[in-house]
Amino acid sequence: MTRRLSALPTSLAALALFASSATAQDAAKADNITAASNENGRYYTADGVPTFNIAPDGTMDWMTYSGFRRYHSECHVCHGPEGEGSSYAPALKNSAIDMDYYDFVDVVTNGRKKVSASQNSVMPSFGQNANVMCYLDDIYTYLKARGSGALPRGRPGKKEPKSDAIRQAEADCLGN
Amino acid sequence: MKRLLTLLAVLTIGGSQVAFANPDLQKIIDDPNQWAIQTGDYANQRYSKLDQINKGNVGKMQVAWTFSTGVLRGHEGSPLVIGDMMYVHSPFPNTVFALDLSKEGQIVWKYEPKQDADVIPVMCCDTVNRGVAYADGKIFLHQADTTVVALDAKTGKVVWSVKNGDPKKGETNTATVLPVKDKIIVGISGGEFGVRGSVTAYAMADGKLLWRGYSMGPDSDTLIDPEKTTHLGKPVGADSGLNTWEGDQWKIGGGTTWGWYSYDAEENLIYYGSGNPSTWNPSQRPGDNRWSMTIFARDADTGVAKWVYQMTPHDEWDYDGINEMILTEQDMDGKARKLLTHFDRNGFGYTLDRVSGELLVAEKYDPAVNWATEVVMDPKSDQYGRPQVVAQYSTEQNGEDVNSTGICPAALGTKDQQPAAYSPKTQLFYVPTNHVCMDYEPFRVSYTAGQPYVGATLSMYPAPGSHGGMGNFIAWDGKEGKIKWSLPEKFSVWSGALATAGDVVFYGTLEGYLKAVDSETGKELYRFKTPSGIIGNVMTYTHGGKQYVAVLSGVGGWAGIGLAAGLTNPNEGLGAVGGYAALSDYTALGGTLTVFSLPN
Repeated sequence: MTRRLSALPTSLAALALFASSATAQDAAKADNITAASNENGRYYTADGVPTFNIAPDGTMDWMTYSGFRRYHSECHVCHGPEGEGSSYAPALKNSAIDMDYYDFVDVVTNGRKKVSASQNSVMPSFGQNANVMCYLDDIYTYLKARGSGALPRGRPGKKEPKSDAIRQAEADCLGN
Repeated sequence: MKRLLTLLAVLTIGGSQVAFANPDLQKIIDDPNQWAIQTGDYANQRYSKLDQINKGNVGKMQVAWTFSTGVLRGHEGSPLVIGDMMYVHSPFPNTVFALDLSKEGQIVWKYEPKQDADVIPVMCCDTVNRGVAYADGKIFLHQADTTVVALDAKTGKVVWSVKNGDPKKGETNTATVLPVKDKIIVGISGGEFGVRGSVTAYAMADGKLLWRGYSMGPDSDTLIDPEKTTHLGKPVGADSGLNTWEGDQWKIGGGTTWGWYSYDAEENLIYYGSGNPSTWNPSQRPGDNRWSMTIFARDADTGVAKWVYQMTPHDEWDYDGINEMILTEQDMDGKARKLLTHFDRNGFGYTLDRVSGELLVAEKYDPAVNWATEVVMDPKSDQYGRPQVVAQYSTEQNGEDVNSTGICPAALGTKDQQPAAYSPKTQLFYVPTNHVCMDYEPFRVSYTAGQPYVGATLSMYPAPGSHGGMGNFIAWDGKEGKIKWSLPEKFSVWSGALATAGDVVFYGTLEGYLKAVDSETGKELYRFKTPSGIIGNVMTYTHGGKQYVAVLSGVGGWAGIGLAAGLTNPNEGLGAVGGYAALSDYTALGGTLTVFSLPN
């Protein structure tokens, strides 16, 4: 499967290359939710897939909070509020759970068309849109938090502070 | 503060016989048996003189026939009926059907444009289209991909075709077109994609581009005369569409023109409103951002603006100014005046003198509106005509990355494009409204051609402390600036209203009900659940001596996006169970025309 990597942050690009193997299929069936490691405020599953972390007192990781904002800026307009879906676009809170992470990234980056006699569904490609690509992991972890039931609807409350590593990665990606 | 209209008599001129108008079209518009233009008439009153169906018998109305468009997305607009022919349109791919009513709706011709499906994701809010227009034996359609076509009304063959914009830059179309004299006036969509809005005139005969007036930019682009074009009675001065912007921001300024247009043949002026400035993050575009959020009066022949009025300078809430401009004639202080009434997204109902652009009334038409206290009406004040913004609800004053809470109305406005109706009999406006508030958090975004350029996070919820539903259908008394009656609805009312001489007012609900109510009291007289939520406009016509009422069903539009999953009030805290009703619990996608009549 070819992927357009030009707009992806470097850590994400490395993970994408890593996944093009048979073990990726098994990894998708493994636990895609539980955070197993933490790298400077970003959480990953045992297989290195980005995921959310919500502490017992309700404090969530920065990226999940950021994903709430970025989702509503870029995705809400078709997919409805909080990943819940619209009259024509699927509920992404379910897509984030049902789909393999790399498939999810592929659809957002490259788009997807379902045009036939009975439907006109076109997901645009966001690969050249820094407002989406620089926050794709944030959006993904937010949707997983919603889809897994860990995060109810509504504006997220307590969050971890934005780490310097996250701030730096954002600046590098946006080119500011 | 409050300026009341003292009226002695009410006259309405739905479309006067004037030498300059397109006389053939005017004749059909004046015939209540036909529905020749999307807005009912040039005045946008959506009023029919037909009274065979009236408040005494509408309770017995039944479905006479139905027609499926074959498309499943939001169905806005309505059919046209010219003689024996009914013209029905669809959302993308914008199929047009010509049905012969004398042959039980047989499809005489079908126009199926071939459009690149890549235009779909650059249409911000569903792939709606507000319908075709008719003039000079031709049907005019402005497609999603901005192709404007003229079709032979008898055969459906393409007579001419031009491209009005470029979807690669985010330019698309959802609106109908206005046939005026020998011209077709068209708008453009894409305010959420950094598109610079404009209105363009093409020759009806061959599609030649005659003039184009942008919503911002130098005077040569905006077709504004620094000395003759006025704003609240004063000349606007040079380059008003430039010097109210920082740097080059005007080039991606928004101010798109996707709403309804009206026309006064005697003044030869077309009236319309412009949409939000681009981006939704106000800090990225300092200045008043003229002429976004503006009511325009343009000369139909030259496009030059005679007057303008900006309702929401330096918008901070996405209150597009594109709603319909309803033209009426009423007496004020003993003088007959030509008026324009506009129910804006921002929650204020405006009445202006449509000849001079003088501001006469600006009152809230939903008590929940809170982002501004009032619009200053004193011509001597330096704040004349400006809304007085409440700091707590100013998304700019609260700042980027700050969540401004409890702003009413939400971005979708107290009323969106769904058009109101006016009855000269009751002298009331019948207005389909939204009753929704929002939290709004702006943040920095960068611009890429053809990509969304939004820059804000919104949460929407029903107005707190109210009936709990998301909409009202109201009767508004423009003389007193007051709500006469208000029918609460579970969901925003997203259909166009129709008022008739039979003392009935029709509207459609998002669950799919076509409703008929008494025009004086608002009492419900009839309801029928059509196959899908209604966001189309109710219209009426006769055939074979019998009156019919018709409406398109097919849920979608912004309502299908924002309301499908239901809303929750974030201020109730995390874990608020249940939230508010989800539209997806009441209806699914559809695409049907339902036509009603009295039983035989």
